[in-house]
Amino acid sequence: MIQAVMFRSLWQYRGFVWGSVLREFNGKYRESLFGAFWAVAGPLTMIVIYTVVFAQLMRPTLPGHESTPFAFSIYLCAGVIAWNLFAEMLGRLNNVFLESGNLIKKANFPRICLPIIVILSAFINFSILLGIYLLFLAIIGHWPGWTILAAIPLLVLQLLFTMGLGVALGTLNVFFRDVGQITGVVLQFWFWLTPIVYTLQALPEGARAVMRFNPLLSLIGAWQTVFLDRDWPDFASLLPLAMLTLLMLWLGAWLFLGRVGELVDEL
Amino acid sequence: MGYLRVRNVGKAYKRYPGKWARLTEWVTGRERHEKHWVLRDISFEVAPGEAVGIVGINGAGKSTLLKIITGTAQPTTGSVEIGGRVAALLELGMGFHPDFTGRQNVYMGAQINGLFTGQISELMPEIEDFAEIGDYIDQPLRTYSSGMQMRLAFSVATAIRPDILIVDEALSVGDAYFQHKSFDRIRRFGEQGTTLLIVSHDKNAIQSICNRAILLKAGVIAKEGEPEEVMDYYNALLAAHQSQIVQQTISVEQKVKTDSGTYEAQVTKVKIFDAKGQIIEVVPVGAWVTVQITVIINRDIDGLVLGFGIKDRLGQMVFGTNTFHTKQRIEEAKRGEIYLFGVSFYANLGVGSFSIHCSLVRNESHVEKNYHWIDCAKVFEVVNVDKPLFVGCAWNDMQFKIKRVSDARAIMMED
Repeated sequence: MIQAVMFRSLWQYRGFVWGSVLREFNGKYRESLFGAFWAVAGPLTMIVIYTVVFAQLMRPTLPGHESTPFAFSIYLCAGVIAWNLFAEMLGRLNNVFLESGNLIKKANFPRICLPIIVILSAFINFSILLGIYLLFLAIIGHWPGWTILAAIPLLVLQLLFTMGLGVALGTLNVFFRDVGQITGVVLQFWFWLTPIVYTLQALPEGARAVMRFNPLLSLIGAWQTVFLDRDWPDFASLLPLAMLTLLMLWLGAWLFLGRVGELVDEL
Repeated sequence: MGYLRVRNVGKAYKRYPGKWARLTEWVTGRERHEKHWVLRDISFEVAPGEAVGIVGINGAGKSTLLKIITGTAQPTTGSVEIGGRVAALLELGMGFHPDFTGRQNVYMGAQINGLFTGQISELMPEIEDFAEIGDYIDQPLRTYSSGMQMRLAFSVATAIRPDILIVDEALSVGDAYFQHKSFDRIRRFGEQGTTLLIVSHDKNAIQSICNRAILLKAGVIAKEGEPEEVMDYYNALLAAHQSQIVQQTISVEQKVKTDSGTYEAQVTKVKIFDAKGQIIEVVPVGAWVTVQITVIINRDIDGLVLGFGIKDRLGQMVFGTNTFHTKQRIEEAKRGEIYLFGVSFYANLGVGSFSIHCSLVRNESHVEKNYHWIDCAKVFEVVNVDKPLFVGCAWNDMQFKIKRVSDARAIMMED
């Protein structure tokens, strides 16, 4: 019931949500001389660095992909791009209510707009990055073909998981400011405990067993499968994450809906 | 449309004894906080088209009340029922973003109020026009002065006439020119049926716009009623850090008379005399009158200043000054002495009912030491006996000069 009201009012405020996303995107580069170029420059640099430094200079070989040119860059970028989306969204959702304190205190609007704005603008940044990555794949002749459609369910799953977790953390962060600090630290560890710059196979048996408890392992692995192996990912392996996502969404909704009224008193 | 019902609204902020107390409360579910009440049991109704002013000293709970009414904050107890589209100007700005341009902020502000891009673009020229901030509209908001921000915020919030307009002190930031302009707009909205709720320290603003005023004191409604009566009471309260009695009695003329002070010196009689020395109650426009004020000294004091002024029907001061400014301060007065003050002036007032305000203080204002303060010490009528028909609250002898020009070109040459 409350949810129905929430989504209806969200629809009424679509002008505000969409306007804010655009303003944020424009605002980031408005004062710069090259404008939107910088939106592309960052990700482009990242792909170049990972390709040159890791793939060409260090030349690690991926088992089974010895003959694929740029195999390691493809692997690396697939993981990094997916991780970036997760980390950016989570990091910003964490602070979304604190940063918008001024607005929350002065205007009455459905607060759920704020996380939605953050999610959408993180998604736009991700789309730019993905676009460049796909262009890169097309140029080196490694276009994934129809398997790219697998990205859609992966993306939906990842967005829902991050949204649930992020809204929960963002709400908690208003009441316990330590949450934001902890999240930053945890994200660092999480990145290095996920096979992104290394492969799962490179790990010893024991470490691999522990790694199974990392909920993002299967998701990042699926992204890598889609782009490197150009194969459909193993959707069954994503089931635990899907269950966890439901739990996170429930947790996020429970915390947010229960505390939204108190938010403004703490800002 | 445009009604407002506030029922038993109370607001308490949670106060935790220590940093970890909130966590233990969340985990164990046992209450560890104390409730700090900033508003208690506030109930009032505002009918469509009514204009209500809210006054009170800093920290009385005015802003919190407005936040609850606009839905920004939630009441701890009670409820608010609101009918119609609300526009609110809470404090400065409307949650403006400092890095966005004025124009972008206009879009954001209006979108938050539920407007769509197309509608805002249509309203944009009018908003720019009203705010009169020129080229700044395309500059980032951080380069704005506070007055400019307020101009923009006001222009956006009032671009479309709302059913209810809520204004929180914001207007005091503007310069005199913009204050005039914004009050004009507020008045016009009021005439067109917008319900107004205004927080202000500006006595004139409250008295000239509102039909009713509510005085908040320490989170409760201390007084509610006619703006003039409430403002007089509020004014008397301002000096309340001295031990003094504030009382209101209905005077013979049916005006509420506010009487307060420490009574070391006291006004006992106020009489109006005409030029021939006769006591009068009705004053002809432009007549030379003398107001005689009798003051009795109850205790030895080291300074006495008489303040005197004439207020119009709405309680706005038409003119007034005190003997400090006229350099006639009495340096010392002994117990039992009686002073007669005579104030003479031409009653250059408009037709209607006026009241005499007088106060006995030690220095130039009543905040330091207030012996006796009386609003509506005397009410008198001004009638037009020998002047041409005129309007307004003041009389001025206006001379018109009219020349008939037969040759239109001749006058154009003159320019």
